Amino acid sequence: MRLLPTCPCFLGASLLVCVTLPLAAGGGANASQSRPAEINVTHVPVVTVKWHHVETSYLVALWILVAGLNSKLKSFFPESALLIISGFILGGIVWGADKAQTFKLVPRNFFYFLLPQIILDTGYFMPNKLFFSNLGAILVHAVIGTCWNAAAVGISLWGCYLGGAMGNLQIGLLQFLLFGSLLAAVDPVAVIAVFEEVHVNEVLFIWVFGESLLNDGVTVVLYNVFDAFVSLGGEKINAGEIIKGIVSFFVVAFGGSLIGVVFAILISLLTKYTGKVQIIEAGFIFVLGYLSYLTAEMLSLSAILSVTFCGVCCQKYVNANMDEKSVTAVRYAMKVFANGSETMIFVFLGVTAIDTDIWVWNTGFILLTLLFVLVYRFMGVFFLTWILNRYRLVPIELIDQIVMSFGGLRGAVAYGLAASLDETRIKEKNLMITTTLIVVYFTVILQGLTMKPLVKWLKVKRVSPTELKLIEKVNNRAFEHILAAMEDISGRIGDNWWTRGWKRFEDTYITWFLMKPEARKNRDYLFSIFHKLNLEDAINYVTEAEKRGSLAFLNQTDGTIVNFEKKLRFSGVMPDIMSELDFGEKSNISDIKDTVPSVSLNIHEHEMKRMNEDFNAHHLLQQHLYRSRKNHRHKYSRSNFSINQSEDEVQEIFQRTMRSRLESFKSAKMGVTPAKKITKHPKKDPNHKTTDKSKKHPYGDEDFEFSEADSAYSGDGGATGGSSQRRGTYTMGAGVENPAFMPEMDTPPPPWVTEAEADTSVAPSQGAQRYLPWSPRNLHRLAPLRISDRSTDSFLMADAPATEESSEESPQQPSQRDGTHM
Amino acid sequence: MGAFHSVPEDHEYHLLAKKTGFSLEQIVILHNRFNQLSHNSDVLRREDLRKIPDLACNPIQSQIVEAFFDERNFKKGGEGSVQEIGFEEFLTVMSYFRPPETHLTAEQKEEIRRTKMRFLFNMHDTDNDGTITLEEYRHVVEELLSRSGSLGKETAKSIADAAMLEVASISMGRMGPDEFYAGITFDHFLKILKELEIETRMNIHFLNMDTTFFCK
Repeated sequence: MRLLPTCPCFLGASLLVCVTLPLAAGGGANASQSRPAEINVTHVPVVTVKWHHVETSYLVALWILVAGLNSKLKSFFPESALLIISGFILGGIVWGADKAQTFKLVPRNFFYFLLPQIILDTGYFMPNKLFFSNLGAILVHAVIGTCWNAAAVGISLWGCYLGGAMGNLQIGLLQFLLFGSLLAAVDPVAVIAVFEEVHVNEVLFIWVFGESLLNDGVTVVLYNVFDAFVSLGGEKINAGEIIKGIVSFFVVAFGGSLIGVVFAILISLLTKYTGKVQIIEAGFIFVLGYLSYLTAEMLSLSAILSVTFCGVCCQKYVNANMDEKSVTAVRYAMKVFANGSETMIFVFLGVTAIDTDIWVWNTGFILLTLLFVLVYRFMGVFFLTWILNRYRLVPIELIDQIVMSFGGLRGAVAYGLAASLDETRIKEKNLMITTTLIVVYFTVILQGLTMKPLVKWLKVKRVSPTELKLIEKVNNRAFEHILAAMEDISGRIGDNWWTRGWKRFEDTYITWFLMKPEARKNRDYLFSIFHKLNLEDAINYVTEAEKRGSLAFLNQTDGTIVNFEKKLRFSGVMPDIMSELDFGEKSNISDIKDTVPSVSLNIHEHEMKRMNEDFNAHHLLQQHLYRSRKNHRHKYSRSNFSINQSEDEVQEIFQRTMRSRLESFKSAKMGVTPAKKITKHPKKDPNHKTTDKSKKHPYGDEDFEFSEADSAYSGDGGATGGSSQRRGTYTMGAGVENPAFMPEMDTPPPPWVTEAEADTSVAPSQGAQRYLPWSPRNLHRLAPLRISDRSTDSFLMADAPATEESSEESPQQPSQRDGTHM
Repeated sequence: MGAFHSVPEDHEYHLLAKKTGFSLEQIVILHNRFNQLSHNSDVLRREDLRKIPDLACNPIQSQIVEAFFDERNFKKGGEGSVQEIGFEEFLTVMSYFRPPETHLTAEQKEEIRRTKMRFLFNMHDTDNDGTITLEEYRHVVEELLSRSGSLGKETAKSIADAAMLEVASISMGRMGPDEFYAGITFDHFLKILKELEIETRMNIHFLNMDTTFFCK
């Protein structure tokens, strides 16, 4: 609401630009036209205004800008309606300036350049599983419902016309049917714009969405059939022609879908082999998607259905085959294209209205059309749902049916078809356009506006947007298997049987054919969710770390890295990252590895020092690494934009997370490795100490400094501790030198440590705690758990070497420590 | 076939229908299936179920089969498992998957939801101690992932752990330092799966038509 006052300002400002530019530029253009003859000798023009060169593109670009700014109002006003209204305003302005409407939505432009990307977008982002599990119902609604709407509206209008409700028009039954068919198109764009905002439950959503999408294709097919009938003329139509028409309806619809599937296979195959040319592989999706549209159009099959199915079928394989970055690129580009043309279409729809040429008023015709469109939509939906409900386990409720009927928004496709009517054959073309426009405005603006209140008022079951939860996915998976098994046992071949059969077929043949082998490996849904959550978490972790000055988080110690490495390899989570980790950290790791062994009092000092040093090193590294990367980015290459470097960054992020998790892992202290460490190494401690020292501290000098400092702190920790956060933490660490701890430290670890390590019966959750760092969301959740671990296994904790103690405690709560020291 | 069987046991069928909520036709069909699975004996054993070819490739087959022999699913307060079951038990277990009637009050819905959830919960809680411990849960996840190829046990484990952690954080909120999350209790289970809409999803179509002929 706070945005409200600013938005109209934006709007006004941009509009002002729009208005003034044509006016000003008009003058300028005139001047420049006359100028060359006179001025060409005197001087070279420094700046000329060539408005007419850029006029159209300029205005369209401005529209999009305006429309983009509009989006802030979306929260209470459906976007499509808003766009149409701004179209009105823009159209009015252009009309005021030029006294004629220069901008019109040419059907050709609409069907070839604006529509395909929208349909591709909706297809590509279709929730596949939901779509296919409801395909039957969607098809029933899309095919039968559309035919019903077209026929019922056409025939009723014709009846009213014969009854004399509309005066004298040059129009026959076939023309009415044609008109009815073009009005049957429920517009996916408008529908989605409205339904996305209200968050209705998923079944309702997919029914409306899927229906509107397929229904567009069906409408176009139907329109073409009737168009053919109209051009054939009433007399020549006989039973044979009608049968041909029906056959062509199915051939066109299914042929188009088939073409789409073929292209989807092509895309998937192509992306399977484009790993090397990442920059253009995203482009293939668009080009081939568009080609599927054009091919179907060329073969006079349904282009809309073609591109729909192309998107629906290829998404899974494309997403698996392509690099994650390309996938993101495709997503964003797809959305940008679709949004752009959506905006243009609706603005055009608004602009078109401001034109005296097309307005032909016929009250009876227009009002009756509106009435029939509404009424028959309701009737169709109710009847078809009633039939479908008889076969559904969980019937669609009455309220949902109302919303679904009410969601029958007409949009650009209807207008496009109306505009492409042939005036020579259909004398009342303008009346039809007018009526279509009015129907579009009525449905999009009025119904769109009232949809949200209606959904609220009727208390339609809605979904609350929820967090992605792993547990839910796991349970869902188990659940599916249970259902399928129950069907098997009860001896029924049902939906689950089919789904599973298809899945098996897909797993064995289709994925083999269309997917990269390595993509196949990591394709498991549960795993991908897990991976996604982990990544999200990793990123959160880093942001959090940076917020807190990063060092506390990034600090890490010793052998656990190695341990982690092992684990990563084992599970094969991210081979790339691992290799990168090796590359980047190898030397470090091996160094550190060597330092691990000794457990002695002195080593603690070293530990402290090393950590201190680590902090500094980290600080340095952090700054330097990022700097240098930034420098690299300036290199320009058309076909390659420093992908590796950005990958490095991701990997760095990953590494950091891993480290920080290790930190928590260590603190959970349930791990086998720490225990092992203790049991293994105590024997060699005193002798190795010195060598270790030299090995692990390449920066010997600094080391000494720090060690001195350390001892100083330990001496009067209370006094100096508060001086700085970091130091505070160290005093704590140094406090381990407290004689009270020493006996424990110096004695070789007692035998029960090893026992505890093997003994899982101590606490069943031990194993779990060992793996805690792996869990997603441990940013928020790990902390409490970690604490709990400690307490449950406190005896273990007591046994654990103080190395752990110090390294783990110091980074954790620096501020608290500080407080105590103060 | 159906009519042939139903004549002598008509009275019994009526009782069963009252108890489990199935229609007579459905009971007849299921009885035929039962006979088919048990090779016309009165009792069904685990091996009989395991032999169903489609079930053989189900990753959590063992849990599902076990559910049929779990006393907890037959009546409230039952415990332990049995070696063989009769038709009544078979039908009782099946009835967990019966679609609900259309008009139900909120309490009835909640009741149905609870029973269905309890069934799922029991399936995971193999040792019947009222909690799904991590070990039990891990086992399930491992089995779930076992058929999907390359994902190793380690991954399954970490996924199970992550899921468990989620449960812990959702159901306990921030835990105090002395607390320790033992496993998923039934209440937590209900809470976590709030979104699952189990009462509308945990159903299968029991036809009134005999299709056992087509099944192996």
